[in-house]
Amino acid sequence: MYKKSAAVYVAGVGVVSAIGNNTAHCLQSLENETAGIGNITSLNTIHKNTLPVAAVQLSNQQLAAVTGLPASASRTALLGMMAAREAWQDAGVSNQTGLRTGFISANSVGGMDKTEDFFASFLKDKNSGRLHDVVNHECGAVTELVADGLGIKNCVTTISTACSSSANSIFFGARLIKHNILDVVVAGGADALTKFTLNGFNTLQILDKEWCQPFDQNRRGLNLGEGAGYLVLVSESVAASIKNKLYCRLSGYSNANDAHHQTASSPEGAGSYAAMKGALELSGLQAKDISYINLHGTGTFNNDISEGTAVQRLFDPHYPKMSSTKAFTGHTLGASGGIEAVFSTLAIKHGIIYPNLRLQTPMQALPFIPETKFQKNIAVDHVLSNSFGFGGNCSSLIFSRI
Amino acid sequence: MKTFIRATGNISPQKTFGQAGLLQELVIQSGNRLRCTEPDYLQYIDAKFIRRMSRIIKMGTAAAMECLQQAGVQNPDAIVMGTAYGCLEDTGIFLKKMVEQNEEMLTPTAFIQSTHNTIGAQIALLLQCHNYNNTFVHRGFSFESALLDAMMLLEENAAATVLAGAADEITDYSHAILSRFGLYKNETISNTELYKNKTKGTIAGEGAAFFLLSNQPSPKDYATLDALHTFYKPAGINEIEQQVQQFLQEQQVALTDIDVLITGNNGDAETDAVYHQLLETIFKNKLAVSYKYLCGEYPTSTAFALWLAASVIKEGNLPAALHTSAASKIRRILIYNHYENIHHSLMLVSAC
Repeated sequence: MYKKSAAVYVAGVGVVSAIGNNTAHCLQSLENETAGIGNITSLNTIHKNTLPVAAVQLSNQQLAAVTGLPASASRTALLGMMAAREAWQDAGVSNQTGLRTGFISANSVGGMDKTEDFFASFLKDKNSGRLHDVVNHECGAVTELVADGLGIKNCVTTISTACSSSANSIFFGARLIKHNILDVVVAGGADALTKFTLNGFNTLQILDKEWCQPFDQNRRGLNLGEGAGYLVLVSESVAASIKNKLYCRLSGYSNANDAHHQTASSPEGAGSYAAMKGALELSGLQAKDISYINLHGTGTFNNDISEGTAVQRLFDPHYPKMSSTKAFTGHTLGASGGIEAVFSTLAIKHGIIYPNLRLQTPMQALPFIPETKFQKNIAVDHVLSNSFGFGGNCSSLIFSRI
Repeated sequence: MKTFIRATGNISPQKTFGQAGLLQELVIQSGNRLRCTEPDYLQYIDAKFIRRMSRIIKMGTAAAMECLQQAGVQNPDAIVMGTAYGCLEDTGIFLKKMVEQNEEMLTPTAFIQSTHNTIGAQIALLLQCHNYNNTFVHRGFSFESALLDAMMLLEENAAATVLAGAADEITDYSHAILSRFGLYKNETISNTELYKNKTKGTIAGEGAAFFLLSNQPSPKDYATLDALHTFYKPAGINEIEQQVQQFLQEQQVALTDIDVLITGNNGDAETDAVYHQLLETIFKNKLAVSYKYLCGEYPTSTAFALWLAASVIKEGNLPAALHTSAASKIRRILIYNHYENIHHSLMLVSAC
């Protein structure tokens, strides 16, 4: 029984990224305007000294010690567990009996960090390589390590639509609540840095050899990052029992396809425009109601002009405050929608706007300029969060103050 | 709410694609790896796209195009698919070059096409379809999750037509690795002998199947998908029985209302025990047929099972290949599958 008008609330958040191992750390870095970008230290790659990344400042051993998962697990699972458990504990609904609970996660390459180690031996001899390193290769296997760790089993699934993956997992979770299939959903995504993705993005020539500058006229590309971000979404009846703990409402969402090219965005941002417009329509809001847009803003030439053009088409002349937090966290791929959803909910809760770091020369083609300074005491009522990915997958979420 | 299955497109190890009659001639392959019987892709995909596409992308895209052509739908309101392993061939190509060339002189094509949402994206690109597009990648729940998404979209009236499907491929690498995990039979048998030996292991399978689903009936409909239910890591046989019974109760369907049961037996003595036990208890005396000797075992094989159920209901009869003393006037089928006793799913399919 689907109820369109049913509200879905955010009751807990958890995040781990290059700018912090939990929500409080990340908030502190955002306020201090401290980016998490640096040299590659954990991956054994030839790009070590040429391509900066935004790595989480915890080793697999440290993550294992905190999360209780084995250190031999995929780093994606370790990061996922770190953030999902923070969100789960933050919401504090786990001790309510009888709740139907789901874990809807997302990632782009599953346990690839382990598989790529395995392949070095396997390619020399088909009977070589430790099977333990590929047992959790599948995207879904990574999700199950976390779901089992949290003890969630009513509904467990994984979405992979490249860089929009966890925006899709969040709103799939919300729909499961609106359909009265679940009462509580932990939703978001995780991705660890891997040589596979680093080299893949490098072949596309969209990695910045310096620290990235999203929405700058002279932007050169993106920096890859890693991390995880999860929300705990709850139904109206669960929300009523934990009223003082609620962050905001997920009021709008939409998924559209650019249908232009497997990796590049259309110049006019057809997909991103449709995603933003669809989310606005579902929320019943007007463009002028949006207080802040957390831009996809990867820092590539193509994304930023495409997204910017779509924003212009939809918002002109009422431009909300905007920024890309990827200048802090790097592009965390399948985790980015989850991490940025957490930042969006925090913007509403604390009345803050994040700066678009390192913006020196605004883009000439666009009539708006993203925010460059951290701001507090702002009335942030509605936040639009964009996540766009390969395959033309474009998704937008809207969070609203309660 | 009923979901109408208006059309299907199914590329499998059997001759299931295009206008072929329902399993009139079985494809028998020897060994523990069942390969798909592939069509001439030129009928479905522009030659300039085919050249770059890996096998799974071609299979998925062609199955989707056949399904849409059959349905007479040019631009579905949503495209939703499931794949447990994603595009393994391209993943393997990029990994091999990355390792062997020590990360140097790499080209982007295999990386681009290794992304799990490639098939859904290629379909959107070929159709110029800007609508909802989603890909689920959850092992033995990948197809079921896509179906759930599709059914919710139809119920929300967010879509009136959804192209939903699944695709998984076997590659030399994946087969070598999964063999080392002991998934497949050591002895050499043909697929038609899958259930004979009652030994450990199964045979690897693959396939790509798509369905045009709608919340509105049409004269073309095969069947209706009345309900879908999944459960994860049940505690034991009691919980499995309880889940099945609760599912049927919720659908207000008695076991006597079900004409045929399609079960996911894969020939592995240990995991097939679950089906054998249920056939002794809650499914006792039910006419049950297995499907994995036709398509092999893979995490999204339930897409083949749904195609089979819909096709049998459309024909009204079980083909001789499935059952010799075939019951007639088949109007309701229950599909029950589990993947490695972790991912369990139920689908109820009825005549329109």
